[in-house]
Amino acid sequence: MSGVRVLVGTRKGAFVLRSDGLRKNWDVSGPFFGGWEMYHLKGSPVDPNRIYASQGTGWFGQLIQRSNDGGETWEPVGNQFNYDGVPGTHQWYDGTPHPWEFARVWHLEPSLSDPDAVLAGVEDAALFQSTDGGENWSELSGLRKQDSGASWQPGAGGMCLHSIIVSPKDPERIFVAISSAGAFRTDDGGKSWRPINKGLHSEGIPDGDAEVGHCVHHITMHPSKPDTLFMQKHWDVMRTDNAGDSWVEISGNLPTDFGFAIDVHAHEPETVYVVPIKSDSEHYPLDGQLRVYRSRSGGNEWEPLTKGLPQSNCYVDVLRDAMSVDSLDRCGLYFGTTGGQVYASNDEGDSWEAIVRDLPAVLSVEVQTLA
Amino acid sequence: MIRVVLPAHLKTLVNATREIELDVAGVASQRSVVDALENRYPVLLGTIRDPTTKKRRPFIRFFACEEDISHDDPEAPLPDAVVSGVEPFFVIGAMAGG
Repeated sequence: MSGVRVLVGTRKGAFVLRSDGLRKNWDVSGPFFGGWEMYHLKGSPVDPNRIYASQGTGWFGQLIQRSNDGGETWEPVGNQFNYDGVPGTHQWYDGTPHPWEFARVWHLEPSLSDPDAVLAGVEDAALFQSTDGGENWSELSGLRKQDSGASWQPGAGGMCLHSIIVSPKDPERIFVAISSAGAFRTDDGGKSWRPINKGLHSEGIPDGDAEVGHCVHHITMHPSKPDTLFMQKHWDVMRTDNAGDSWVEISGNLPTDFGFAIDVHAHEPETVYVVPIKSDSEHYPLDGQLRVYRSRSGGNEWEPLTKGLPQSNCYVDVLRDAMSVDSLDRCGLYFGTTGGQVYASNDEGDSWEAIVRDLPAVLSVEVQTLA
Repeated sequence: MIRVVLPAHLKTLVNATREIELDVAGVASQRSVVDALENRYPVLLGTIRDPTTKKRRPFIRFFACEEDISHDDPEAPLPDAVVSGVEPFFVIGAMAGG
């Protein structure tokens, strides 16, 4: 029988939530790596039992864990993320040059075709790859070394590369997004990169229409439309239909267009979900009401989804990697909050239930749909 | 034989429930003890010091004989009581929180 496995990364460990295809009753296991920050866990699309996890703390640095049995057991693999060559500098908060320094892995993106191949997005922003199951890592340094790299400057959350999308149509085409720098694309497997931020407008940077410097929070894609991307920017929800060559705003009737998480329905490439957050100075939902918004028209027209979600006194945040969808017949949605709840919907967002309510702050949620 | 006490998270990583006993070749120093630790437990690479520069991580401290020796020369010999196994060499995760 089909089922789902939800991989949850939190501030104090990882949890694995399992259910059958009905997605009503859940088995919760964990914490794995209790006390460690688990920024992201993600399974291979080719071999769902192969899962990669980013484990770290400010005390003891970065580790990468790998499971070959669907999260039952784990083994540490390579954790050496050395920038290619002489790293050089980027801009620091005060505008002075600052050497590139590795801090942590924000996102792991397993290959669409090879369970031993995986990409890692790190802070300070760079993209690394492993082709041996995470044992060894090498930088795709063309990204950091392209023209604008030296001008990138961290935002308050750090200069992180948090979003990685490999085109299912062309494995040489990769999209990434970096906080306070923007979105970038390669068409040659990571050798050369260019900014793809035309159409973005950001207040808070000197030139609101600049080629780089935009605080992109997350990007997502439906595999059937690989030239269409959806973006939750710091403020503004955006879309592109030409692989990032230009973007248009689709915030439409959202009550606020600040937020972090954005995702696409598994079977409807024009059905998009966001979780609006009140503002960048108040990282909680508007009016204390936790609402997912759904657009069935690719943006602009949004409907609130509230059934089963707290509609008073709710002041949690939903972070950029903390929403995911399954691909069962009726698409399921999942998101985690900084208050430790993981909510699930088995009906495309029409209704929600909390799988768990009292985990540590949730950093990431990834779903695996199991045959 | 050097006795090494690790902080809880690192003990978990190496599946140790108590202190670790290490044979250290040559002069026992902070550096040679951590070299021996990493040699026996490769999972510790990067968790105590930078693997390239060998610089101690900012929130790691080394204690011995009721002294914080973190800022001593990493190559300096450890106290006799540590070298003889009377006293342990402590790897400490700095206190923080609220």
